[in-house]
Amino acid sequence: MDASTSLETHHHPGAHGAEHEHHELGWWRKYIFSTDHKVIGIQYGLCGLVFLFFGFSLMMLMRWQLAYPGQALPVIGKLLPYIFGPGTMPDGKMAPDFYNSLGAMHGTIMIFLGIVPVAFAAFGNFVVPLQIGAPDMTFPKVNAASFWAFAVGGVIMLTSFFVPGGAAKSGWTSYTPLADIADKGPNYNVIFSGQTLWLLGFIFLITSSLLGAVNFITTIIQLRAKGLTWMRLPFFVWAQFVTAFLLLLAFPPLEAAIVMQFMDRVAATSFFLPSGLVVNGAAVSVSGGGNPLLWQHLFWFLGHPEVYVLILPAMGIVAEILANNSRKPLWGYKSLVFSVLVIGFLSFVVWAHHMWLTGMGTAVSAFFQTTTLLISIPSVIILSAFFISLWGGSIRFTVPMLFATAFLPMFGIGGLTGIPLAFNSADLYLHDTYYVIAHFHYIVAPGTIFGLFAGIYYWFPKATGRKMNDFWGKVHFWPTLICMNVIFLPMFLQGMIGMHRRWYDGGQGWTLSGDHVWGLTGFQWNTPISWAAWTMGLAQIPFIINFFWSIKHGKKVNDNPWEATTLEWTAPSPPPHGNFVTTPIAYRGPYEYSLPGRDRDFTMQNEPVEPRERVRRKTPEAVLV
Amino acid sequence: MEIPYTVSTRPDTGLWNAKVGIWLFLASEVMLFGGLFSAYIFLRLDAPPGMWPHGLLNVPVGTMNTAILILSSVTVVLAWAALKMRRYRAYWWYMLATILCGVIFLTVKLVYEWPQKFDHFGAYIKPEALGKYEQYLGNEHAAAKGLPPRLEITGHLHNRAALTDPNIKEYEVYLDPVNADPTNPAMDRPHFLYVPPTHKLAPIEKEDVERATMFLPTHSAYFASYFTITGLHGMHVLGGVLVFIYMWLPVSKKLYQRNPEHLANRVEVAGLFWHFVDLIWIFVFPLFYLL
Amino acid sequence: MNNPPDVSQDPKEYEEYAHNVQKHVRGYLMVGALLLVFTGITVALSYVDFGARKANIAVAMLVATLKASMVAAIFMHLAAEKRLIYRILIFTGFFVLGLFWLIYLAWYDYPVVR
Repeated sequence: MDASTSLETHHHPGAHGAEHEHHELGWWRKYIFSTDHKVIGIQYGLCGLVFLFFGFSLMMLMRWQLAYPGQALPVIGKLLPYIFGPGTMPDGKMAPDFYNSLGAMHGTIMIFLGIVPVAFAAFGNFVVPLQIGAPDMTFPKVNAASFWAFAVGGVIMLTSFFVPGGAAKSGWTSYTPLADIADKGPNYNVIFSGQTLWLLGFIFLITSSLLGAVNFITTIIQLRAKGLTWMRLPFFVWAQFVTAFLLLLAFPPLEAAIVMQFMDRVAATSFFLPSGLVVNGAAVSVSGGGNPLLWQHLFWFLGHPEVYVLILPAMGIVAEILANNSRKPLWGYKSLVFSVLVIGFLSFVVWAHHMWLTGMGTAVSAFFQTTTLLISIPSVIILSAFFISLWGGSIRFTVPMLFATAFLPMFGIGGLTGIPLAFNSADLYLHDTYYVIAHFHYIVAPGTIFGLFAGIYYWFPKATGRKMNDFWGKVHFWPTLICMNVIFLPMFLQGMIGMHRRWYDGGQGWTLSGDHVWGLTGFQWNTPISWAAWTMGLAQIPFIINFFWSIKHGKKVNDNPWEATTLEWTAPSPPPHGNFVTTPIAYRGPYEYSLPGRDRDFTMQNEPVEPRERVRRKTPEAVLV
Repeated sequence: MEIPYTVSTRPDTGLWNAKVGIWLFLASEVMLFGGLFSAYIFLRLDAPPGMWPHGLLNVPVGTMNTAILILSSVTVVLAWAALKMRRYRAYWWYMLATILCGVIFLTVKLVYEWPQKFDHFGAYIKPEALGKYEQYLGNEHAAAKGLPPRLEITGHLHNRAALTDPNIKEYEVYLDPVNADPTNPAMDRPHFLYVPPTHKLAPIEKEDVERATMFLPTHSAYFASYFTITGLHGMHVLGGVLVFIYMWLPVSKKLYQRNPEHLANRVEVAGLFWHFVDLIWIFVFPLFYLL
Repeated sequence: MNNPPDVSQDPKEYEEYAHNVQKHVRGYLMVGALLLVFTGITVALSYVDFGARKANIAVAMLVATLKASMVAAIFMHLAAEKRLIYRILIFTGFFVLGLFWLIYLAWYDYPVVR
């Protein structure tokens, strides 16, 4: 079957020539409003990284309040009111509302403007079409629309800092009824309030993700190169495929809930406001009859698959890098594929484990505990397969490999510490404490973000034709790894002695409690944690400089500097419009490292199978048709 | 550079790209309206007796709108079939019919149904004052018949200023038939034909009223759900109509001449979206208008 | 009832192809008429007292599901669609029903007496 897109033999001869004309695009169409997946991927990547750093800075501000509550922040504290408004840092001391805004927006920005765009959209857009041998995504214009929807959503979210009342401050989870009534009153604008703008921005972000998900799934299904069967796909593609399905099916109920919360705030409905609600001593004048739990159900219906959206792409990246830098195939490819599919499926039916404290009955509670424990099994299979993949390998610690290897124990800690939270009995104590913060940050921060760093160092040569500097890569890695652990390891203990999250005073009460962990009270631990966080901020500077400097001055490399096997490394660096000089055909699996009897320790996917090689799989010709 | 399988089908899946894409998109739309329907279920289950109204929407008009949407589903599939048979003229007429049906649906909703609701008044009576207004509520009769209690007096508000002026102490309401004659057995269940408010004017004192509003989203969980779901549905209808207009304008003729199958595929994809919109309405109509 | 097959590339086969599509048109018109009839039935049945309100809801949802199935199967060509589309929709159906059922279960399984 040929790859033509039109039945040209049947139409006007004049039109025939027009379709093959290749006109040069103007600068705006080429670099700003591009429909090329690589440009869009880089746009997502750069924007996402900026948002990640911005969200990280918000946290660095919070850490001051936690370590030195009520004290004026030197220098920066005097400047911030000029940016965020005078009420935020009176006399350089953080106001409680501002602390809450920083917290809510740190979460929102890191997840939806940072990690999802970088891990899913940026890496997915750039790498997936190349890895499957496609010229672009199936819907390039939709792809561009998806990026611009994300950009608009991001701008709206940032704008929310500058409206009266400041940004949203009801947590990234926007629980009702608090989120319904926040930022309301005579001094607030109905639309231009922090929470309402959060809702509006989110609608754009969800739209962006949905369009992206449709594109990814269709591309992976329809544009795989000849010979690239499902079980020959790089694990990264499988991870992105499942992630796209999670976004596609889990986001819409949250979108429905967001519309309803918007109606609650703007049209005085009571979707989430129960009857008899009293605020500040006065009965709220709405109809009532709503239910705050409805918001929680719809939010967490997305919220749980969302955390798998955050981790799966990083697992995919780590898989590629582990195979490449141990010079042997991934162990247990079939188990990995099966596990990632099961995770995707189960992630839809575990959400109420975020709601153990809402007073649900034993039957529904038992259901969700069971599914939550079940979902830990495929996660363990994946991590175990990664560990076993290293066994007997010729491991070389390139900078990507440093991050990828560190991912393994870090994600292990994060995942295992989640298990007590799966039981509603243990969670009754641990819910909303710093234990939870430590658990999920271990997964996203030294977990996913390390995967993202690994991916950036790894695929930078493909995007630019140059390598990032190795020395500064290591200078970036080691302090970041150490600081991550200094920040989050004590948080488990803070949580276990009962320190609450989201409290503005940094948990000062826990000084009085007398509980000490490792010599310090829970509250006192805030100080070393904060200093580690600020140090970690400094440790990112070599990375930022390295990144931008290497674009023009990095060491030039060939098309396949890592001697990798997957199809993206057969394309030129950077790939031209259309990606491949000749359309690739896949003859073998994705991780053919160290094949016996060959002079090189890697064999690329598009190398034809020689007669003397015993290949168990079908030949490409037998696969199609 | 051309994207493969835009018009021709990929052999192992048997599908062209946009078909996969639209079904994925429709799957997400199922989840979106699923979220809204789950809210409906939750709120309705949670509503105390008498707090989920019935018979407030105009059934004949709703039925007619349903028929119009069904008709438009027929015309759009006929438009697609005409394209597959390479009959452009027929396609053009069927597409026009579809667009008109969509426009009529939206017009009926935005110009008649919704404004009629915004103009209708309802006052929930405080529990302690229910006895005082028994002549309008007929709760003894309702209890005897095993019907849910009537907690609201509805009708046409004569003195609109009462809503905002604190000096006006009572609402003057031209009562709806069910409040004008509450013990009449004919009032036990909603009517098919819409009966407007009667000429019976009743004074309702503000201090006896729990909450009084026009039939706006803020009125009750019922109207909040109704306006939100039909509003979102209406936005989907509008989106579909706009896409159809684009596929009906002369620019579509150009694509037809270049590659008729490509246009047929686009119409099919838009048609699938349109059928989905019709499908949602098939559930919305009974849930809000009839039950 | 099958979906009209994809058009062939041979112009000579258009004649036969157009004739085949014509056969499906009759089916579309019939389904359209049936949908209108069932709409009338839904409205009529809603005024019949089945005892409990729950019964009315069940009946109405049954008719609605029937109508929806006809739209999906015939108008949306699902009756003869490819396996991949079925798989996507089955998972979607499972998740949306799971959403409904689990929210209902959470509401129902409440330890506090209502």
